[in-house]
This record gives sequence, structure tokens and C-alpha cells, in this order.
Amino acid sequence: MNPYDLLIAPFAEFDFMRRALVGVVALGLGAGPVGVLMMLRRMSLAGDAMAHAILPGAAVGFLAAGLNLFAMTIGGLVAGFAVALGAGAVARATQMKEDAALAAFYLVSLALGVLLVSLRGSNVDLLHVLFGTVLALDDPTLLLIVGVSTLSMLTLALLWRPMVVECVDPGFLRSVSRAGGPIYLIFLGLVVLNLVGGFHALGTLLAVGLMMLPAATARFWTGDLTAMVGVAVLVACGSGIVGLLVSYHLGVPSGPAIILVAGGAYALSVLVGPIGGLLPRLMPRRHLEA
Amino acid sequence: MGEVLAFRDVTLGYDRHPAVHHLSGIVNAGELIAVCGPNGAGKSTLLKGVMGLLPPLSGSIARPDGGRARIAYLPQAAEVDRSFPICVYDLVALGLWRRTGLFGGVSRADRERIAAAIAAVGLEGFERRAIGTLSGGQMQRALFARLLLQDAEIILLDEPFTALDTATVSDLVALVERWHGEGRTVLAVLHDLELVRAHFPRTLLLARSPVDWGETRAVLTAANLSKARRMCEAWDEGAHACQPERPVSERAA
Repeated sequence: MNPYDLLIAPFAEFDFMRRALVGVVALGLGAGPVGVLMMLRRMSLAGDAMAHAILPGAAVGFLAAGLNLFAMTIGGLVAGFAVALGAGAVARATQMKEDAALAAFYLVSLALGVLLVSLRGSNVDLLHVLFGTVLALDDPTLLLIVGVSTLSMLTLALLWRPMVVECVDPGFLRSVSRAGGPIYLIFLGLVVLNLVGGFHALGTLLAVGLMMLPAATARFWTGDLTAMVGVAVLVACGSGIVGLLVSYHLGVPSGPAIILVAGGAYALSVLVGPIGGLLPRLMPRRHLEA
Repeated sequence: MGEVLAFRDVTLGYDRHPAVHHLSGIVNAGELIAVCGPNGAGKSTLLKGVMGLLPPLSGSIARPDGGRARIAYLPQAAEVDRSFPICVYDLVALGLWRRTGLFGGVSRADRERIAAAIAAVGLEGFERRAIGTLSGGQMQRALFARLLLQDAEIILLDEPFTALDTATVSDLVALVERWHGEGRTVLAVLHDLELVRAHFPRTLLLARSPVDWGETRAVLTAANLSKARRMCEAWDEGAHACQPERPVSERAA
């Protein structure tokens, strides 16, 4: 098999593969930088919690209007925002830490969602919500994903400084500005938007994968924030493309394939990553003179 | 010189327990004041109150017009995430916040200011180093460089010299004296009384309630210090609500 058949032909021949390609690249562009900030805030698991919180919202939308992009997106957005903002508000207004507040909110919303779904019995179509349909992205869904990605990049470009300062020295931000609270909420909003965009392609269970795995991978390759964002975006988009090709050639489901490729990149980085990877630690080079 | 801070019978605390109890007094522009007292005397709480991060339980703190924008604050063990991938230059540059705000750019003149601040604290050559690789003293130098850039009229330092070697302390004290010379008002929480006697003209001795406030020589007496220790040890979990000593109408006046 020549390189053209391996890498280009699937996309050249099939419309659904081209759509999937656009979808995963857009997802990677938005979710990469957001994921890096999530990881640096030590909120990697909070992202997981928020992704799970989207499920019942999307399920409610599905029950109300069937496989309707608009209803499921609104449902997911409402549930995700409610959990993220509620947990954020509790963490800011009371003594409760963010992680505990998030856990409380997402457990409640998950239980509520399962209850609502059970009211109308299970449906095979719900697999669509759980695992996504990256190979069946229609125009509105694709526009939604690309829109989310565009909005994320514009917001990050505009608010990058306060978002970084809110991570690195929240006390300083409090002392010079009252923007800390709003900035934090805008950041949580970006996370929810990207997760909702991701869930149409990868499902609620895997959407967070394209956010956190590339970020965690990038941490092993550079100590510079800007470079880290670049590496995360490359890994996210690269995993998407390679995952689609793997799924095409081997006939395996594409969502899990994409996340597994990202997982492979992470595993490789854990082993050989120059910044704190295993091998560089186990085989230290001679120390320097100064 | 006019007053820049006025404490009017201010009580600051947590869960109704006072940490600073009925403090009154005036800070004039350009004063260099050490805030001393035992652990738990309310020194850090006082600075948080001045910064407006902790609303008073009663009384009030009058700040200059423009409020927090004119005050720079270096908290004890600043909340800086040392593992965050940010370099010394970028951390120091945050001191220009009043000029750049959330969105503004950094001009050529700003770059010169940043370079000058880094040079002033002796961190030349460390600009591109990640903050996670700095020693404790270097980190404190970087935070002082950020304070330099903040160009604030009032500077609050919470135990700025704790766990630093003598060379670093003397460099940083020189910066504090430079601020004093420039007419800025500095309040510093300190434990090293020798340092206070040598460099700080005025002292507030705090033991939840103020023990004494004035000329350092007059405040840091053996009698005052032992009084401060006794006052801090007398702590009552089941304390009753504090009754105003004066009628409410008079307090409001």
C-alpha cells in the first residue's frame, strides 16, 4: 500500500471522512489550549466530572426531541453550565474546595439524568450520545463544532493574560483586579462549550479525552506555556487524523480509535518525554558544572 | 504629608472571632512602619484588611481614592504556583498590570522598566528561567521586582524576609529603604526585631489588640513585648460577644 492510499485516499474518496477530518481538527484547536489550562489548574478530573454532567442534559434533550442537534446541545450546555457555575459559585462563596463542590454537583446531575432516562426506557440511539458519531457529522453539527472552536480561540486570545494569572498567582490577580471571578467563570464556560462540541463527535464519555490527553502529553515535552499549547494542539489534531485513519483501515470504531491514539502519544511521552519522563529520569546524564 | 490610611476602631476577624481587635490610628504618607507581634497577633489579617480582601467585622479602614490600584501587596508565602510553566520575566512583567490591565500590550519603554526591575533585584540572566527552578531567595527577589514595577503608593509586605539568607535580606531591605526614600508608604510584617530597630522608624506592636504604635524605640520595649505575649496567650474559645464600650451614636460620629 503506497502512502497515498494510506494517508490521503480515505479523505479524498469519502465525504464523511473529510467531514470527520474537519471536525477533529476543529476540536483539537479548541480543546488543546483549554485542556492545557485545565491541567495546569489541576482540574483534569474536574473536566471528567463536567463531561459526565453533560450526559443527563443531552439525554433530556434527546427524550424531548429525539436525535435533534439543537435540543441535545441546549440540554448539554444547560446541564454543563449549571454544574460548572454551581460548583464554581459554591467554591467561591463558601469554604468548600472546587473539587468537592464539582463532585457533589455532577453526582446529583448524573443521578437526575439517569432517573429521567429511565422514565422513557432505554434506546439504542442513546449510544449516539454516549460514544458520538464522528463519522456522521452533518452540516449543522460541523458548524457547531467549528463555531465552538472559533469562539474558544478568540476568547483565549483575548483573555489569555488574566486566565494565566488566575492560574499562576490568583492572590496577585485579586490584589490588582476584580476580574478573577468573571475570568474563572468564563474559563469554565469554555470548558463546557468544548465538551459539548466534543460530545457530538466523541460522545460524553470520551469528549474529555481530546482535551486532557494532549495536554498531559504536552507537559512531557516542554516547560514553556506557549509551546505547551502548541504541542497540545498538534497532538490533539494529530490523534484525530491518525485515529480516523486507523479506524478506516482496521475497521474499528473511530471515537475510541482517536482517544487511543492520543493515549498512545501520552504513553510514549511518559516513557521518553524530555521533561520529567521515565527514561530521562532513569538514565540521568552527567550533571552540569553550574 | 497627609494621611493615606486611617483605621477607625476597626475589628477584623474570622467567624466572629476577632484577629485584630479595636485598632485605631493614622498612617501618614511616606511612613515606613513595621508591624510586629507574636504569631496569631493579627498582623497578616491587618494587611488583608488594608487590602480590602477581608471586610471589617466592625469599624472601618479608610483608603486613598483609587483604592486597591494604589496599593501593592506581597502576601506571606505568596499563592504563586511554582510548578506553573512561566518564566521570571513574565512573572515580573505582571507588575505592570496598572498600565497594561487585562488586555494592554507591553511597550518598548515597559520592556526597559521590566529589565531595570530585574536588574534592581539582582536577577539578570534569570529572565528566561522557569519560576519552578528558582531558589526561595531568588523567588522572593522576583516578587520584589514585580512590586517595584507596580509603582504603588502604599506597599504591604507580609513577612517578606522569612527564611532568607542575610545577603538577600540586606538587598531587599535596601529596596524597602529606596521606596521609603521615594516617599512611598510601607507597612511590613516582621519578626526580626533587630532588623526593625535598624531600618524601620515606626512600629505597630499588635497582639490582636494594639499594644503600642509609634517610634520604634519607644514601642519595642521589654515591657511592651512581654505584654504582647501575655495578651496573645489569653485566647478564649467561648468568648462572649464584644460589647461596645461607648454608645453607638458616639461611635458613628
